[in-house]
This record gives sequence, structure tokens and C-alpha cells, in this order.
Amino acid sequence: MTEHRTNADTSAVENPVAPSPGSVAVERAAAADADRQSRSQSIMSGSVGRNLGLVVALVLICAAGVITTGDRFASVDNVLTILRLASTIGVVSIGMTFVITGGGFDLSVGAILALSSVWATTFATQNMAEDTHWLIMVFAALAVGAACGVVNGVLIAYGKVVPFITTLAMLAAARGLAEIISERRTQIVSVDGFRDAFSSDVLGVPLLVIIFLLVAAAGWVLLNRTTFGRRTLAVGGNPEAARLAGINVNRHTVMLYVLVGLCCGLAALMLVSRTTTGSATHGLYYELDAIAAVVIGGTLLSGGRGTIVGTVFGVLIFATLSNVFTLNNQDTSTQAVAKGLIIVVAVLLQQRLARRATAT
Amino acid sequence: MRLRTSHTSRRSRRLIGLVAGAVAVLSLAACTGSAQDAQEDDEGPAPAAAAGSNDEEGDTVTIGFSAPAADHGWMAAITNNVRDLEGDYPDLDLQIAEGTNDVNLQISQVETFINDEVDAIVLLPFDGAAMTPIALEAMAAGIPVINVDREFDDPNAARVTVLGDNYGMGVSAGQYMCQELGDNPDAVIAEIAGIDSLPLTQDRSQGFADALAECGLDVSNRVAAEFTVESGEEAAANLLQAAPQIDAIWNHDDDQGVGVLAAIENAGRDEFFMVGGAGSKQAMEEIQSGDGVLRATVIYPSTQGADGVKLARLLVQQKAMSDLVEVEVPRLVQLYAPVVTADNVADFLDSAFES
Repeated sequence: MTEHRTNADTSAVENPVAPSPGSVAVERAAAADADRQSRSQSIMSGSVGRNLGLVVALVLICAAGVITTGDRFASVDNVLTILRLASTIGVVSIGMTFVITGGGFDLSVGAILALSSVWATTFATQNMAEDTHWLIMVFAALAVGAACGVVNGVLIAYGKVVPFITTLAMLAAARGLAEIISERRTQIVSVDGFRDAFSSDVLGVPLLVIIFLLVAAAGWVLLNRTTFGRRTLAVGGNPEAARLAGINVNRHTVMLYVLVGLCCGLAALMLVSRTTTGSATHGLYYELDAIAAVVIGGTLLSGGRGTIVGTVFGVLIFATLSNVFTLNNQDTSTQAVAKGLIIVVAVLLQQRLARRATAT
Repeated sequence: MRLRTSHTSRRSRRLIGLVAGAVAVLSLAACTGSAQDAQEDDEGPAPAAAAGSNDEEGDTVTIGFSAPAADHGWMAAITNNVRDLEGDYPDLDLQIAEGTNDVNLQISQVETFINDEVDAIVLLPFDGAAMTPIALEAMAAGIPVINVDREFDDPNAARVTVLGDNYGMGVSAGQYMCQELGDNPDAVIAEIAGIDSLPLTQDRSQGFADALAECGLDVSNRVAAEFTVESGEEAAANLLQAAPQIDAIWNHDDDQGVGVLAAIENAGRDEFFMVGGAGSKQAMEEIQSGDGVLRATVIYPSTQGADGVKLARLLVQQKAMSDLVEVEVPRLVQLYAPVVTADNVADFLDSAFES
């Protein structure tokens, strides 16, 4: 009875016309319904909800794979194939998550990967590695990646050049430099130690996949459990407020780009080991794949919110899609259309959820 | 406000349902798509009339085929010629993977073939060196690999290699130029190469240079494109700017040649003649008409993929090439590179590929 009157009172405030019994009943039902909605909403807008859509999408693609090709898809070998395909672009995407969460953008990841792969496999580097240790090649790739990251970061943070333009310039310059250094030839890895190390398995799982999982785990810890991660979210969400709160925004921005550069260097090493070659043609269009994976994973392009788990799902979704298409002998065109559809639908859904979360 | 909220969630639930439906529809399309593909091609030459007992139906052979993205006519013709074989040989089960220029993805495709335990793999790698490790893995798993066009850098990575004659192409082009310009020691000769990072491009350039050296000529300007029309146009435009006076151009590939000829027309230059490569239909028609700068082309067969598949079938069915005495399938098949001029173009027009 009291409840009824309260509802009637509120409705009287909102709607001066005295409610009839029928409409009151409707309102009570609506209130109960809304309570249920807000409870499920709080679940949906939490991390379970955000990732639920991704899990559903991944399950659907796997279902499509099983339906169309049966146990060719559902075998351990095929799962490992998917994971190996996802590993290289996965590492790049983890780095890209940090940059995008921090409010930035990096179009040059593919080119940095190519440059790192070329530098690590030049005659000079390989000679040095033969004399000392194959770790020289690892160091070379990571150093090149970090150096490109520093250049990007400094130009963006201190030079105040918009990330889009800076990384666009780096995209062109890095690939051009890679072509010059390699003289447009494919460089073959001759250091046996390197080949043996990277092609080994750990408990039956290829090393490439282990590296991807480790990077993903480290990325999650970094973003969610360290001050570095907190600062990244702050800088991405509101750089001016972050600066006023005492965060050195410029230095942090540089560090973010160095981080993605390091990820590119690592991915370059993974690709070099998979193909035993370094080439200026490696990593073509990887930036688009990485951004797509990050975006459908739930990280906002405007910055301020990021999810490593989402990115991993995003990478897996595209890799599984690619695998299902390969198993069905489909051509690139159909897959490209499907990819575009998935990206658009995923972003639309995210925007809707985000709007609902802020509306209540 | 609250009513609107539940309405919104119903709408987004419907959207999720739409996504699921879209993915389901696309995957259904995946089932039916391959049946349509076989009917759609009219491109590419019909395979030469098959003869002999080798074409008799044998045990079913599952072959995995992977090639780079068909971003130019020659590459598209490779895949189309392979598809045409499906109709001719009912004992052939062809798994054609999507064309890609991403080595990571192409390696993944071959991994899928290995997982499926196909009887043979026919591979035109985007980059021979980059695909060598996975080819070695396939061979180690007992699956014979047939290497087409872009060579691996390890002889153990393939059981059969089907190549065009890249060095010979360069030699043919060089010899033709010597014929036309041999009496002019100051002739300015330009070269528009294909993808420079491929060893086959290096071979072609080497053959060209060697043949020219024999009559005392050499290449004055060299640029590289990427076998695609846009890259050909770009490279040719740069070349024409760099060299105000040219006597002859050798363009490695007729697909990029479409762009090259466009650039030449735009620049309004015609003081030179041009020799093409690969042998596209458009190029042959130009040669036949005789009113452009294109005077000849050197054939680089786009049948290599189909040849590879046919050899793979023989290999798995343990047959031999019937015209040879030897009972084993050859290790290396190198196709010939004839020069096509206005005199003999009629013979080659039927088998030319569309650019």
C-alpha cells in the first residue's frame, strides 16, 4: 500500500494527471522490470558484459567452423594453427592497446616490424651473432623497435604533432629505410642458434604461442595492476586533468610509444623465426589488423578505457575467422567483407552499451 | 525513462541476434560458394586436349593449392587455370586456399593442409625464402610439395619445382634488342623490373644484362615496380622523367605494363619501342595492331600452377610422364620462354591470359 502511494506520488510529480488503477499496475510492473534491467545492466556494463559479446562471437565462429568442416576444425592441430597465426599480430595488438588507451594512435606498427626484421637479419648483424650469440639479433630487433617508438613519442608529445600524422610519416619512412637497408632483397637467417631457439616447443605448445600468452598476461598486469596502467588510463581519459594531478603526460606518452615499438620488435622476431627471413615486405597492413582487433575488443578509440582481455579476444576472432575461411576454401574477398561487417557491428554494440552505462 | 531502457536492451538483443544471423549466413555462403566458383570462370585458356592413359581416372587425390593474392592478371590466371582442372579430372579433390600476400597467413594455410594430411601441396609462395621452413615441414610430414614459380631456397623443400625460364626471358628480350639496336652503341636502354626482392626478378635482369653485353649494349636506367598496374604507372612515370631520351624499354611484366603504357601515353613520348613480358592478351593485341610502342613480348607461362597440379596428381597416383622413358616424375620442369612479335602473335593469342 505504501509502495503504491509512493509510486503514485512520484508519478504525480512527473505526471499531474491522477493515475488510474490500470496505469498504476503498469507502472509497478515497469518499475519491477526496470529493477531487473538495472541489475542485469550492472552485470552487462561490467567486464563480463563487455566480453560476453566477444565470447558469443567467437563461439559462433567456432560453431560455423565445426558445422562446415567438422573435426578438421575441432582438432588440437587446428587450434595450434589458429594460435600460431594469431601470435604475431597478437603481440602487436597488445602494444597497440596501450597506445590507444592512452589516447594515441599508431599507424606505423607494420613498418616498424619490417624495419626491425630487416635490421636483425642484415649480414653485419648475423655475422656479429655468429661470433657471439644469437641474442644479438634479438637485441637489434628490440632496439630498433624502441628507437622508432622514441621518435614517434617525442614528436607526438613534445613536438605536438598529431599522432595520425607522426605515425603516418613513420610508416613511410620506416618501410623506405627497410627497403634501403635490405636493398629490396629478402634476407635469410643463417644463424642456427636463432632458428633452433625460436622454433622449439614447450610442452607441445609452440614457443611463439607461449610468447604471445606471456605478453598478454604481462600486458594485463601492467594495465590493470600497476601505476603505469593507471596513469595510461588517466592520460587517455583526460590528459589535462592528468597533468594537473601531477602525471608527466609527455614522458608517459613517449613511454607508451616505446612500449608499442618494443612489441613490434618482438613480433618481428617471431615473424623472422616463422619465416626464417627478414624482409621489407613483412607486416604489410598489420596496423589495420591490430587496430581492428583492439577496437572490437572494447578499447575506446578516444582513450581512457582499455582491455587486454578484449584485445586477445579480438585477435582470436579474426584468426579463427581466417582459419574457417581457409578450411572452406573461400577467397579473400568474402572474408574481407565479413571482417568489415564484424568491426562495424562490434563498434555499434559498444557505443550502445556505453551510452546505456552513462545514461543511468 | 525506464520503459525506454528495456526497449533499448531489446533492440540490442535483436542486434546481437542479427550479428549471429549474419555470421551464420556468411558461413552458409561458405558452403555454397565453392560450387558456384567452378562455374563462373571463362577466363584463362582451356587446357590443351589431354591424351594418353595418364588421364584415366585413378584413386582420388587431395591436393592443397596456395598462391599469392590475385592482384594482377597473371596471378589470377594461375589460380583460374588450376580451378579449370577440377572439371577435367573427377579424381581430383582440390583445396584452394585464399590468395594472400601475407606470409604469416600463407604459412598458416600450408599448416592447415598438413593438418588435413592432403596427398600433395602445390605452392606458389609469395616469397620463396620465407615459405621454405613450412615447406620443409610438409616434406618431413610425408606430403610432397610442388614448388611453382618462386623458388624455395632449399632443394629439400620440394619434390618437384615448376618454373618459367626467368634468365631465358631476360636473354630473349636482350637478344631482340640487340637485333633492333645492335648497330647503335649509344642506345639508351631502360628496364622496368618487377618485385625486386624476388630472386626471379634478379635472374631476369641478369639474363637481360648478359644478352645486351654480347652486342656491346647495357642498361642505362632501371626502375622496379610490383607487377601491379598502379606500380607500373608510377615506376614508368618516374623513368620517363629521369630519361629525356630513350631508345628501348624492357618491361618485365605485361600486367604492370598496362600502367606503363598509360604513363607513356600521358607523357606523350613515343621515340622508343617497348618489349613486354609474361604475354598478356592485351599486350598481344597491341603488338598485333602495331600502332603503339609495344613491339614484342616474352612469354612467361601462367599455366605453371595447373602444370604443378597435374604433376602432383601423377606423383600421388604413382604414374610417370607418359612421353618420357623415365618412370619417375621429373625433379625440375622449366617452361620455355618464346618471344612473341607481330609475325607469330596469332599462334599465341588463344592461350594468352587476360590482364
